[in-house]
Amino acid sequence: MQPFLRFSAVAVPIDIPNCDTDQIIPARFLRRAKDDPAYARFLLHDLRFHADDTETGFIFNQIPYSDAQILVCDINWGCGSSREAAVNALMANHIRALIAPTFGDIHYSNCIKNGLLPVRLSAANCNHIRIQLHESPGATIAIDLEEQVVSGPNQKSYNFDIDSLDKIRLLNGLDDISMTLEHQTAIEAFEQDYRKNNRWIF
Amino acid sequence: MVNTPRSNGKTLFEKIFDRHVIVARESGDALLFIDRQLIHDLHYRSFDELQAAGQTIRYPDQLFATPDHSVPTTAKKLTDIPQGEMHDTIAGLQRAADRIGFTHFDMTDPRHGIVHVVGPEQGITLPGLTLVCGDSHTSTHGALGCLSFGIGSTEVKHVLATQTLWQRKPRNMRITVDGTLGPGLSAKDIILAIIRHIGAAGGTGYAIEYAGSAIRQLSIEGRMTISNMTIEAGARFGIIAPDDKTLEYVYGRPHAPTGEKWEEAMAYWRTLPSDDTAVFAKEININAAAIEPTVTWGNSPQFCVGISDVVPDPTSETDLSIRANMESALTYMDLLPGTPINKIEIDRVFIGSCTNSRIEDLRQAAEVFKGRCVVVPTLVVPGSGLVKSEAEREGLDRIFIDAGAQWREPGCSMCVAINGDVLLPGQRCASTSNRNFQGRQGMGSRTHLVSPAMAAAAAVTGRFTDSRQLSS
Repeated sequence: MQPFLRFSAVAVPIDIPNCDTDQIIPARFLRRAKDDPAYARFLLHDLRFHADDTETGFIFNQIPYSDAQILVCDINWGCGSSREAAVNALMANHIRALIAPTFGDIHYSNCIKNGLLPVRLSAANCNHIRIQLHESPGATIAIDLEEQVVSGPNQKSYNFDIDSLDKIRLLNGLDDISMTLEHQTAIEAFEQDYRKNNRWIF
Repeated sequence: MVNTPRSNGKTLFEKIFDRHVIVARESGDALLFIDRQLIHDLHYRSFDELQAAGQTIRYPDQLFATPDHSVPTTAKKLTDIPQGEMHDTIAGLQRAADRIGFTHFDMTDPRHGIVHVVGPEQGITLPGLTLVCGDSHTSTHGALGCLSFGIGSTEVKHVLATQTLWQRKPRNMRITVDGTLGPGLSAKDIILAIIRHIGAAGGTGYAIEYAGSAIRQLSIEGRMTISNMTIEAGARFGIIAPDDKTLEYVYGRPHAPTGEKWEEAMAYWRTLPSDDTAVFAKEININAAAIEPTVTWGNSPQFCVGISDVVPDPTSETDLSIRANMESALTYMDLLPGTPINKIEIDRVFIGSCTNSRIEDLRQAAEVFKGRCVVVPTLVVPGSGLVKSEAEREGLDRIFIDAGAQWREPGCSMCVAINGDVLLPGQRCASTSNRNFQGRQGMGSRTHLVSPAMAAAAAVTGRFTDSRQLSS
């Protein structure tokens, strides 16, 4: 997994409250392999493409927003279905960070597991940044995970909170299975007791 | 009430969580032991990916699979499905089951069905367990006092390989529903009312426990409808304390413990209800008596009103972002503010999904269909082969067929709409499923979420109709 340290990129405002993962990737693409060459097109597909496959005027289709690698979103981004394909579709478009007031819990966790940084800022700050991004197309945002700081388009800085373990995962690009296997002895000891005391499960 | 000081008491959720902690870190993260995992067809690639990474399945005996998302409801077996994505996906799960040897209820097995219907039916879901599935509606199993939650595919593989999962203990919220639910109403109306009250993100970061007399009065199936849609309020966990009804439901099911093991399990289950001194970070109270048959009008389940109400006016919303969200929903749904809900005409009806495809749901729909005819195409999809055969034993299939509805094979069907059951662009559907998101039932589809009785009432009248006026 690619470590996340400091990152700066063009950002695009996505003004959709409660943007569910069905919008991020429609269910009909869920059977596709994530290395499918068409995967990048699946991101926000039905907002970006008409039924005849021509592009809509959706902001992510517009230059320079189409180069964005950071999304600035509204409340409850990624609610709904647990589909990790939503993260795969973001990553297929080289998106490395999301900024939103709140995230769907499962989507948030899926982001962390793939090295995509979800940043929680207040609704007021997210609104403010989105307005600035509309006013200055192609403006960049810088994120320093070590310092837990977002530098907005007008250089204003915003501190953000992140769970310490999630931070370690992202900074080091750790995947969970390797982290878990460090605890193999504890797992085996637990299992032994647990299986003995809960015979009704096994 | 927020952040009352901690006491020594534990919540139901905390009791189960704590019992499964292998490693606790100062950060608040815990490595949890996972008792059981359910798998559906969309995760078939996980097995090949793990094999390629040289990893094995740690507890194949605690893994239970059934294809549901991709199953055409007109097919009875794999060879009925033409070559293509659906076929490959279902065949992929079969291949993994054959290679690894985990329990797999394939399409020809009478126990086959929607994973969240099959789990409780087979006694795979039990009180006090940790149970996961790569599907957000895994919250369903919380109705039995099980700590169940939806996970992503990386986590699915993690559980397959290690039988553990890293989790941060969420805050606890209790939603108490007291009072008596009016006649002709159901669990679906309660959960929609709850989501309307707390909002689609109201439960984010929380584990919700449902309590109160109206919850106690529900059957286990009704409770599953409540827990199922917890994720629509943002929470991954929707748990209900096991009581006598729960034990009666679980007893004798194929994977439930028996004899001495049953006694051991029951001794543990009896300790599970939240202590009187347990503290919840948030408490919500709902009056069941005030709930009406409910219909969603927008593209988030929080956007719902009673059948006697009208489509709301976005200009009355003070939050500008929500106002814009409402306006875009009304445009997408082709509705005007002020339109009475019972004047909205529909094109299709879907009765099914992990929310409302159990026998009790089908009975409620049949009650309305009896002696009437549908005026729009109507699809009735049972949640499992066992639900289907029970419905046929009771003659419900005749009622549906005589009314002109289609009676199909079990699966997710038109809830996720990737099995060929799909709305055409612009079509408006009264649906007993759980999500009214844009495009959820097909590109350009317009979904209104309702209870089974309300869906049946819409099917026979062609518009939203108070089902209480039609009950026979």
